[in-house]
Amino acid sequence: MSTVVFARHQVTATERFRDAGWVAFVALILGIPLIGLTTVDGGGALEVETRFGVLAIFVVVSFVGRLGLRWLIDTMGARKLERLRDDSNKSAGISPVKVVNILGWIALGASIALPIMYSDNRYVVDTATTVLIYVMLGWGLNVVVGLAGLLDLGYVAFYAVGAYSYALLSTQYGWGFWEALPVSGGLAATFGILLGYPILRLRGDYLAIVTLGFGEIIRIILVNWTEFSNGPNGISSIPRPSLFGLDFTRSPAEGEQTFASFFGIEYSPMHRLIFLYYLILVLALLTHAFVSRLRKLPIGRAWEALREDEIACQAMGMNTTNIKLSAFAIGAMLGGFAGMFFAARQGFISPESFTFTESAIILAIVVLGGMGSQMGVVLAATLLVLIPEFGRNFSEYRMLLFGAAMVLIMVWKPSGLLSHREPTLRLSRGGAAINDAVKEAAQ
Amino acid sequence: MMLTMEGVHAHYGHIHALHGIDVEVQVGEIVTLIGANGAGKSTLMMSLFGRPQASAGRIVFDGEDITHLSTHDIARRGIALVPEGRRIFPRMTVLENLQIGAAQADPANYEADIARVYSMFPILQERLSQRAGTLSGGEQQMLAIGRALMSRPKLLLLDEPSLGLAPIYIRRIFQIVRELNQDHGMTILLVEQNANQALKVAHRAYVLQHGEITLSGTGAELLASPEVRAAYLEGGGHA
Ligand SMILES: Nc1ncnc2c1ncn2[C@@H]1O[C@H](COP(=O)(O)OP(=O)(O)O)[C@@H](O)[C@H]1O
Ligand SMILES: [Mg+2]
Repeated sequence: MSTVVFARHQVTATERFRDAGWVAFVALILGIPLIGLTTVDGGGALEVETRFGVLAIFVVVSFVGRLGLRWLIDTMGARKLERLRDDSNKSAGISPVKVVNILGWIALGASIALPIMYSDNRYVVDTATTVLIYVMLGWGLNVVVGLAGLLDLGYVAFYAVGAYSYALLSTQYGWGFWEALPVSGGLAATFGILLGYPILRLRGDYLAIVTLGFGEIIRIILVNWTEFSNGPNGISSIPRPSLFGLDFTRSPAEGEQTFASFFGIEYSPMHRLIFLYYLILVLALLTHAFVSRLRKLPIGRAWEALREDEIACQAMGMNTTNIKLSAFAIGAMLGGFAGMFFAARQGFISPESFTFTESAIILAIVVLGGMGSQMGVVLAATLLVLIPEFGRNFSEYRMLLFGAAMVLIMVWKPSGLLSHREPTLRLSRGGAAINDAVKEAAQ
Repeated sequence: MMLTMEGVHAHYGHIHALHGIDVEVQVGEIVTLIGANGAGKSTLMMSLFGRPQASAGRIVFDGEDITHLSTHDIARRGIALVPEGRRIFPRMTVLENLQIGAAQADPANYEADIARVYSMFPILQERLSQRAGTLSGGEQQMLAIGRALMSRPKLLLLDEPSLGLAPIYIRRIFQIVRELNQDHGMTILLVEQNANQALKVAHRAYVLQHGEITLSGTGAELLASPEVRAAYLEGGGHA
């Protein structure tokens, strides 16, 4: 072993080939049972057939793919290093903060205009609604993972709590969407604290494992506690939200009006879809405003400080227990709101909607977006919802495409799409505004 | 008396790191604690903060027994720590770091406190919106001190503030320690391996060896002591 560590080790061609060779070898070992052997129906009995040709292609693709990927990672790294050097010499150009701001306004404009432009395209409005649900979930989880630095792999649990709260309150007790909203959020927040309390001392991997377990426990309870949740059959006929009492149905109930009859327009099923779209847009924007506001308050700064250094936080007199619990509670509450909207939009929920895959996707959105970046979440959520949608044309290769896209993003931007952290305070030209903002925040 | 430690023991699991420590700090003093690497200096400081909590003995701060309080409660009593390795919040800006230091303090004092930090460390005022992690080592140390001062502590703990700094910054750090004490009446407990300089600024000093106090006296006394000279000054007392 050489004892000297170079800042940037120049990879030789032999090393690259050896590395790719290993990957091809592993591919071969895995490929023999998975690809090399296959069963065919040989007239009543199963027969084993070999497919060594396909296996050979697989191994070659792994070899070449690995070479390409390594090369990509290395050149990206080298270019980044160069750019860093350039940056330290000159600080010209537009600041990343400005770019993100402009991007944000464009995204907002586009999202307001979208249903107007596609008012007769059910598919587009539906997909956009899904994107917004994930944006909202991403923003909620961002509080826990991105800001407070607590790795939560069971976020879907709070999504489920919100969804089931509304489903049960509405179908069993006749609550409306708007009355149930605070209760569902509150219940989810309570679950956040319940989960947060026992795992306060855990960090890193241990925290991730326990939260993962928590997410699964909630799902398994929902599957098995049939009297409570109707088990795997789920809950159907969940009432849809109304606009100030105006329903989006074809014909009004006795003595009531529908949205269409009130405004004297012809009924269209698109009305409800567009209403739902704007509803989640408003919920998501409120979430964004709420989280951005919190970030600038002492509590938000405390979350970020906690992510950076827990011991230093305690030495500053911060009660880290309360800070962690507040992050869990607020993250959970936002997840609960999203879950509630999900239930109201689908009209039907079952435990199947709340599997670990959902937690993984939401976490992927936060990580790909660049931990803590609000705008990054929007980009990542859009990508992660749209890639599988576009992938539909590729049917069975859809998930492959999805995986490849994720790998490429991480190679290209290892710290997420938008990793630039925006300070909670910016210096004004005079420098005086700072102290005002500080005083305001301190109160 | 500002701080009294009586017969304090501390453990990390089975490791017995402090063996009955008696240390006193009076109001307005600079007290320094010198000792070799691994002697238990950081442990002593952190045990004041309940991390690890003293397994035996008593710690009294400002007339109150704080032995069994939690870390953040102790900090709120008016002790501030500049930890070993600085531990600033690297991805947050300089200003945000300072504000976090003030998080538990009375907001009414904020302006006076930040003005004091700016006047002591003009460089920080120039770098307010820079990410703390991109400051140089010496600047980070100043930020760590500034952050600690933002809470208006009665007692300031400094754990090896000169460690790993360029000589010019080392001089500046000791100058700051003296200034804080003389101009602002700050009581300071200073842990140092840089025994020569530490003993020069200190009113009183303790020598820690293998978790025990082996010598104590005024700074000048220890500076003159042959044992201290042999162990901590000759060869090690440069800069
Ligand atoms: N977190 C810890 N866990 C276990 N042992 C520790 C820990 N921190 C310090 N020690 C041990 O306690 C002793 C004192 O360490 P420390 O207080 O850091 O010394 P100093 O600050 O004087 O260099 C050392 O033997 C060290 O190995
Ligand atoms: Mg130490």
